[in-house]
Amino acid sequence: MSSSQRIRRQPGLLVLEDGRSFCGTSFGAQGSAFGEAVFSTGMTGYQETLTDPSYRRQIVVMTAPHIGNTGMNDDDAESRQIWVSGFVVRDLSRIASNWRSQRELADDLADVGVVGVADIDTRALTRHLRDRGAMRAGVFGGSDAAAPLEELVAAVKASPSMVGADLAGEVTTPQSYTVAAQGQPRFRVAAVDLGIKAMTPEMMAARGIEVVVVPSSVTSAELAALEIDGLFLSNGPGDPATADRTVELARWALESRLPLFGICFGNQILGRALGFGTYKLPFGHRGINQPVMDLTTRKVEVTSQNHGFAVDAPIGESVETDFGRARVSHVGLNDNVVEGIECLDRPAFSVQYHPEAAAGPHDSAYLFDRFFSLLEANRSVTSGGSR
Amino acid sequence: MPRRDDIKSVLVIGSGPIVIGQACEFDYSGTQACRVLREEGIRVVLVNSNPATIMTDPEFADATYVEPITPEIIEKIIATERPDAVLPTLGGQTALNAAIELDKAGILDKYGVELIGAQVAAIEAGENREKFKEIVATIDIHGYQAESARSVICHTLQDCFAGAEELGYPMVVRPSFTMGGAGSGMAYNPNDLERIAGAGLAASPTSEVLLEESILGWKEYELEVMRDKHDNVVVVCSIENVDPVGVHTGDSITVAPALTLTDREFQRMRDVGIDVIRKVGVETGGCNIQFAIDPDTGRMIVIEMNPRVSRSSALASKATGFPIAKIAAKLAIGYTLDEIPNDITKKTPAAFEPTLDYIVVKVPRFAFEKFPNTDQTLTTTMKSVGEAMAIGRNFTEALQKALRSVEKRSASFAWPGSKSDVDIEDLLSRMAIPTDGRLNEVQLALWAGATIEQVHEACDIDPWFLDQIELINEIADEVRQAPELDVEILRVAKRHGFSDVQLAALRSNDSLQRDALAIAELRAELGVNPVYKTVDTCAAEFEASTPYHYSTYDEESEVAGRERPAVLILGSGPNRIGQGIEFDYSCVHAALTLREAGYETVMVNCNPETVSTDYDTSDRLYFEPLTAEDVMAVYNAEVAAGPVVGVICQLGGQTPLGLAQTLKDQGVPVVGTSPEAIHLAEERGAFGKVLAEAQLPAPAHGLASSFEEATEIADRVGYPVLVRPSYVLGGRGMEIVYDETMMADYLERATEASPEHPVLVDRFLDDAIEVDVDALYDGSELFLGAVMEHIEEAGVHSGDSACALPPITLSQTEVERVRASTEAIASGIGVRGLLNVQYALAGGILYVLEANPRASRTVPFVSKATGVSLAKAAARIAMGSTISELRETGVLPTQGDGGTLPLGGPMAVKEAVLPFARFLGVDTLLGPEMRSTGEVMGIDDDFGTAFAKSQIAAFSSGLPTSGRVFVSMADRDKRSMVFPIKRLADLGFEIAATPGTAAILARHGVKATELRKHFQGAGPNGEPTTVAAMEAGEIAMVVNTPYGVGGRVDGYEIRSVAVRLGIPCITTVQGLSAAVEGIESLLAGEMGVRSLQQHASDLATLQAAQAAALAEARGAPA
Repeated sequence: MSSSQRIRRQPGLLVLEDGRSFCGTSFGAQGSAFGEAVFSTGMTGYQETLTDPSYRRQIVVMTAPHIGNTGMNDDDAESRQIWVSGFVVRDLSRIASNWRSQRELADDLADVGVVGVADIDTRALTRHLRDRGAMRAGVFGGSDAAAPLEELVAAVKASPSMVGADLAGEVTTPQSYTVAAQGQPRFRVAAVDLGIKAMTPEMMAARGIEVVVVPSSVTSAELAALEIDGLFLSNGPGDPATADRTVELARWALESRLPLFGICFGNQILGRALGFGTYKLPFGHRGINQPVMDLTTRKVEVTSQNHGFAVDAPIGESVETDFGRARVSHVGLNDNVVEGIECLDRPAFSVQYHPEAAAGPHDSAYLFDRFFSLLEANRSVTSGGSR
Repeated sequence: MPRRDDIKSVLVIGSGPIVIGQACEFDYSGTQACRVLREEGIRVVLVNSNPATIMTDPEFADATYVEPITPEIIEKIIATERPDAVLPTLGGQTALNAAIELDKAGILDKYGVELIGAQVAAIEAGENREKFKEIVATIDIHGYQAESARSVICHTLQDCFAGAEELGYPMVVRPSFTMGGAGSGMAYNPNDLERIAGAGLAASPTSEVLLEESILGWKEYELEVMRDKHDNVVVVCSIENVDPVGVHTGDSITVAPALTLTDREFQRMRDVGIDVIRKVGVETGGCNIQFAIDPDTGRMIVIEMNPRVSRSSALASKATGFPIAKIAAKLAIGYTLDEIPNDITKKTPAAFEPTLDYIVVKVPRFAFEKFPNTDQTLTTTMKSVGEAMAIGRNFTEALQKALRSVEKRSASFAWPGSKSDVDIEDLLSRMAIPTDGRLNEVQLALWAGATIEQVHEACDIDPWFLDQIELINEIADEVRQAPELDVEILRVAKRHGFSDVQLAALRSNDSLQRDALAIAELRAELGVNPVYKTVDTCAAEFEASTPYHYSTYDEESEVAGRERPAVLILGSGPNRIGQGIEFDYSCVHAALTLREAGYETVMVNCNPETVSTDYDTSDRLYFEPLTAEDVMAVYNAEVAAGPVVGVICQLGGQTPLGLAQTLKDQGVPVVGTSPEAIHLAEERGAFGKVLAEAQLPAPAHGLASSFEEATEIADRVGYPVLVRPSYVLGGRGMEIVYDETMMADYLERATEASPEHPVLVDRFLDDAIEVDVDALYDGSELFLGAVMEHIEEAGVHSGDSACALPPITLSQTEVERVRASTEAIASGIGVRGLLNVQYALAGGILYVLEANPRASRTVPFVSKATGVSLAKAAARIAMGSTISELRETGVLPTQGDGGTLPLGGPMAVKEAVLPFARFLGVDTLLGPEMRSTGEVMGIDDDFGTAFAKSQIAAFSSGLPTSGRVFVSMADRDKRSMVFPIKRLADLGFEIAATPGTAAILARHGVKATELRKHFQGAGPNGEPTTVAAMEAGEIAMVVNTPYGVGGRVDGYEIRSVAVRLGIPCITTVQGLSAAVEGIESLLAGEMGVRSLQQHASDLATLQAAQAAALAEARGAPA
């Protein structure tokens, strides 16, 4: 590759549904891709971001300027594949430099056909999304970027919206699989894969929990047949308002007093099961520096977050629900968004952020301990002994 | 939970004089702390011996003590002020050590004063290497065991050799409890070990050194961590050192955020960092933790931690917009992170971790040219004197901006004519040893064809950074080879940080022959202009309300429009010897007063250590290099935003002054003294005419552009002569030349120093009294700020000389002559604002040595001593105010000035602080080239006590009050020494001397023990040499004036040993007399303390009384 080719790459273009466009260069796959444009503020963890199923059908804009520095490896992926529909960075690294690096980022994106755009003013784009809200966008690489802008805007406008999107079915595991507990298995938990990240069952397994990851289509009868001690509802993409089937699973667990833990999408599901509404945030929370206060201890955690929707529940009071009292347990300090809810009369709680933290800080790992305690307490209540 | 209500008064300890390893970053942090505490309604008591700081401005504390930072003095302050608490974590190692001493001495208990910010146990756990390693060993994160480097603690040299057997060479030697890693080094063999560990054992207050496995060449990182009393912990910033382990982080090129770690690796480092701050027990505040990572295996080692704010935390604050010191002060008084709002977003709390959408690069600035005989290898002992920071939207842009910000000609990347001329092998072997210019060697080698692998092999710099430099090289080639400079190539080049100067140089073969200015014009035509982004802590997730900007070549600019007229203030860039904190002080004052006067103040500077680059100081901050291109771009952006009525160039020292003419030529309204007037003062011929017109004498002189011309002038005016290149600051390249041989030798070196300019040859006035004047001039009236008398004779650079205010031997008639001369110069040049003039008084004649139409180094000292802010007044005069208006509005006193200070008023002494301990092997003689890094002030009723205080503040040992004084004088000084030495003997000192000196003393009835000279070795009966006696601790003070001329003259050995052992060493006769006066005061009784506020009010009372007496005398008939 001659130096001038390295500096002047193929054109790449990002087009927003409101008509604003950003010209840059193309990397990864060429062609066109559509999705909701969102920005993520994490300075580390692009591999985890790319492989997080919650980013399904989203075009992710990284605010950190240099991406690709540490390459890609076989250990850090959060699922079996890259899910983002498009990837937008300011400066793509020309080489990977890290002792664990196995491949270059651009090659991995090209292999799975993800269109990347580099060398655009990502800060201007982020400010635009912050002020106007997340919106549909298209990324175009190579000859696709040469089409007239009006055509591209029309194509973006014709692409599906995130509101009302049911995407869990697109990302869930086709078959159940089990993540073995480390050491002596103490409990068995079913994790409903709505877009689960690999670190989540890892965190439970590390605490002696055997995790059966089940497809999102699982029924309560199938769950009951698994002889589980608890139910876990994972993170995942899409609008929680469409997840009626999963909400029913949550109600079933609450009904049967099965310990329940939810993360992210799972938090929205528990919220809906308790009768709270959900709504779309203007531009979401995506980053690994989000402060959350645990209202019980008043301590602050720096958390990893990736959500465009949130639960609508009153902060600072407990609410009567179909399943007894419930209250908001965690709140985001930046904007007072509900970041966690707990049932006071049922063994159930959930958080909107990511205690499994991949990528992100490990401040909230205690929540897995809390779930473990819930499983323990519940066992002594229900059976008074071990399995 | 709100703040504690049991703390009503806090004593803040500052960091003392600027020294290598402890610079103005602690003025920045201390100033923030004072501001925060006062906003909370807490009474602030401050002690700091450094008058050049903003924090010691009387308005920043309720009681400001410019006094030595010693337990004795601090106890007196505590006894007077009775504070509830002491805050020591914002004044560097000096303050922390003072706190520990106060605690050990039982003073804190005695007065019931609480230590806040960090407990003694935590300070010790963080700083005692053994304890710290034990703590690290207890850190287990889900099965991951944190590690320190394998090491051995030693208290004797025998221990050291035993330890070496275990660890193997090479190994790191680190003395405990020294500042900035002083005295540490890498031992490659037993000889190194003996040398470094021997000195280290002596330097460590606990006689302790640590030997450590070598992690040389590993990747090095730092985390800035903060914790509140609820145990909430945040990591404010990660910093990666481009220079691998082996170079002190203060001497490394560093980048924020870390760029070569995956999330897993970063989070593991974060986990360990959080556990470290918890287990060390820093309950409320910040700390800095350093890590090393093996680039091949990822093995991570915790190197060390500082349980206080640091240079890195100042950098991190500027890099992220998260004000660590300010938050630390709030945490110390009981707030929690979630209760403190983020200043920049206003809406979100400080309990979060900033995220950056830009890259920050810091480049250190060295001063090796001032210490030519010292080892210039970069090691684990810090040697840089300052730093510049730059922000860009990528690494290449930030790096190139930072390199031009350090203002060193060779720092920016350059490309020679042909690749084949470059000796790659030579470069590869040179870059194996870290030095100031290593990155340039790397760049050149890569450009000439060395591979990234080869270069990485040679210098261990991470391949990622090497590839970025390769990218810069590729663009350079493309710029050079492009048929023409089109939009595309210009965009790419500017996006990666190329300056117009670099582009012009690369296009030197272009038939259009564009200079940098023409390139800028071309860019403007083609629309390739910078935009300004905002440092907002959150990567644009939330709206920022604080206009803290940096330039980049992107699409969208964020500079907001404004209505109020703006004034741009150009700062002074990185600290260096001759241009330091004093200039930042003046810039900050301009910002404060012009904001008050209704202007929108806009600061442009690139020094992360300063108060001026605090986003709170001005209405807008541009963190930009101080080059013509970068400043013009800011000016253009601000003109687009609203009216700009002036640009102030005369407060930031030579850096902005040097830009004045260029800016004015491009239509910028340079206010204050005009560039043409600056030229009149700086160009020797023009200045000579000004003096001639005013009929003021200057030492005979001439301008020489060859050796022949120089010797001809010297013969005419008579040796010795003072020679120097024109247009220099800090006496760069200035030397006293005694004969023709020295002239030849000097010219060879000086021509290198400044090829464009000829050399000035001045008659050197022997035994003259040097007088330093700071004054204001508004075009018709002069305000004499101060007349300072130097302790050392003329010939010692004013920056290195101690001085007294008011003058100690000048009569009022002489002061009035100074006033008249100063006024004539001010008017002749056309000064509008500050003017500094240096005079030499010899044989009853007042010679003018030089005049600088700008803020000088002494402005802050004068302001503290006289209670008048000259810098504020200068800024107002620049904007059109007159002195009489300023007297009316209270900016200046209603009557009198620095020339009419009342009799009986206090004496202020400024003493310079020299970095010789860092540059062992350099002769400590004072000369015309400035070498001091900082200054202290002693203030008291009489000169002796004030001088003694200044000595205690400047040198930890201060002046002795008993013991043995070694005296060795040059023949010409022997007559003047008799009286003071006799006095010392009368005061009970034992005198030791060289045979020649002893003989003279004996004739005057002073009995002196003879000591053998160094080259003689010990005598037949074991009679010691002077050096041996010093090393045995038998000498309390050394008086040694140099013999004759030449480089390493006799006495050199004695002076360097004195520096190494910290023995007071006096090298001038005048210094000796002052010291004797000081010693007399120390023996006469206890030293008192007095706050500046008290001082100012005493002074005002005296002045009023003097004025009343004068009026009465006038009123009453004679």
